[in-house]
Amino acid sequence: MTSLAISVKDLSKKYESGFAVSHANFEVPLGTICGFVGPNGAGKTTTIRMLLGLISPTGGTAEILGESISHPEKYLSSVGAMIEGPAFYPALSGEENLKVLATLGGFPVERVNELIATVGLAGRGGSKYKTYSLGMKQRLGIAAALLPNPKILILDEPTNGLDPEGIQEVRDLLKKLASNGTTVFVSSHLLSELELISEYIVMLRKGEVVFAGTMKELLLQQQPVILVKTEKLADLNKIVEIAQADGHHAIIRSEVAHIEGPAEWAGTLNRKAFDAGITLTQLAPQLPNLEETFFEMTGDRS
Amino acid sequence: MRIVFAEWRKLRRPTLFLGTLGAALFFTGLTNTFLYLMIDSEQGNGDRGRQIGREVLNLAGGSVYGFSSVGGLLGIIALCVFAAQTAQEYTYGTLRNLLVRQPGRVRILLGKLIAMKIFALILVVIAALVSIGISYFLSDRAKVSTELWFTPEGFQEIGKTLLNVSISVIYFGIVGMVLGLLLRSPISAISIGVLWLLIIENLIGAVKPVTLEWMPGNQLSTIAQGGSPELAYSHALILGSSYVFVGAIVATVLFSRRDVAN
Repeated sequence: MTSLAISVKDLSKKYESGFAVSHANFEVPLGTICGFVGPNGAGKTTTIRMLLGLISPTGGTAEILGESISHPEKYLSSVGAMIEGPAFYPALSGEENLKVLATLGGFPVERVNELIATVGLAGRGGSKYKTYSLGMKQRLGIAAALLPNPKILILDEPTNGLDPEGIQEVRDLLKKLASNGTTVFVSSHLLSELELISEYIVMLRKGEVVFAGTMKELLLQQQPVILVKTEKLADLNKIVEIAQADGHHAIIRSEVAHIEGPAEWAGTLNRKAFDAGITLTQLAPQLPNLEETFFEMTGDRS
Repeated sequence: MRIVFAEWRKLRRPTLFLGTLGAALFFTGLTNTFLYLMIDSEQGNGDRGRQIGREVLNLAGGSVYGFSSVGGLLGIIALCVFAAQTAQEYTYGTLRNLLVRQPGRVRILLGKLIAMKIFALILVVIAALVSIGISYFLSDRAKVSTELWFTPEGFQEIGKTLLNVSISVIYFGIVGMVLGLLLRSPISAISIGVLWLLIIENLIGAVKPVTLEWMPGNQLSTIAQGGSPELAYSHALILGSSYVFVGAIVATVLFSRRDVAN
């Protein structure tokens, strides 16, 4: 019995226009929540499609629950997935749509109503899918992914279109599933959400894995940052000069100076600013977060 | 069987089932009404202006003559349904859901085909019953004798016609499915299929009638009619089956190997 839910070795997908995914390597242990992040077009969906047997890799291999992705029939009954948003038959009700998938997969049809309630669609299961809001469609997509009572749940942007309450519900649901032993592999642009729930992170950039490991390891790789605001906007440049004179990298972004350096250097900066006649209105040492790290590692601010 | 039942859940929805049945019964009623009420018209009362007289309708197969004539139109309805049901999996993006739940692609195709065949056969049987009913109802008015219609020979004719129309309708449906798989868009699949079968084949046939011996739509319609004065049943069955078989193989190979990237 493997301890890995997903193991990707040198996986590539090359089109005529170039590599969508290039020699990707990463592992996701069983029972964890793993965030899968990258800018648009980084190759996340292509990787997910390869893992689900929807497209064939042009190189490398991968295993899901110890089974090669060249034989998806061996593991897909244990995998729930929602890829690139929900997709259902508009003329059927949400309930009927789930019953089609339950029948197809050989799962108990009785589970459908329970799942509809789990994702917060109780009372609307009988309505036609085409009448659903984006958030409701997303919830139905999550319900469909949960149909097989999966060992691995692969979700592509599950919180798209959800309101803050819905996002929190999805977060709680994923945590609950993980605590029950389900491995969750989730791609999302809501990095702050991923940071709250993910133990593991796989980061892609232009088809290449730029980081794969624990969230802790990722954040430790980054320098802490001190955020500084001054009473007079013009003084920000002087703050940057002070930081650079002490050997710290500093930039101004959105009227805030971002200075890379340990938290204890904040006291030194405060004294030097005072000596230079600068009044600080904010001096906040900040540990790097996933969002900052993401921008740093992918060079993407879109 | 799971795939057949899953597909059936989609096919049985009232708007699709009753809508398709309504179209099938409309054409059945129209064809039979023309056949009997215009029996003395000089413009003809059958397919392509043919004159179908009482001497033909009085025979044992008279009860299903109208039904066999409408077989081609039932086939076009089947083509539209099969094409739409197949291609919509691409346009709705639902194919990825199906393949995640059932990765056996050939199995998916076979399951869908069996469910759609059942759907088509139900339509054919209902259309046959309605067609025979209308024929019987109008026979008196058209002075057509029904004496031989319900004899053992008459029932044999009914069975034979039902079989031929069923083969034809299913073949048309498979053509629709092939177009749906190749074009991945219901509108393209249906419009190209219908345009070819109803217009292009007839135009080419009008300019050069000998080409109709080889046109796929004409083969399938002729199967429904159990042969025609211009085309032998065996020729239509062999050539029609060959077209359908080759198309099905090409579409299956493409479907099982193609990336599902949308």
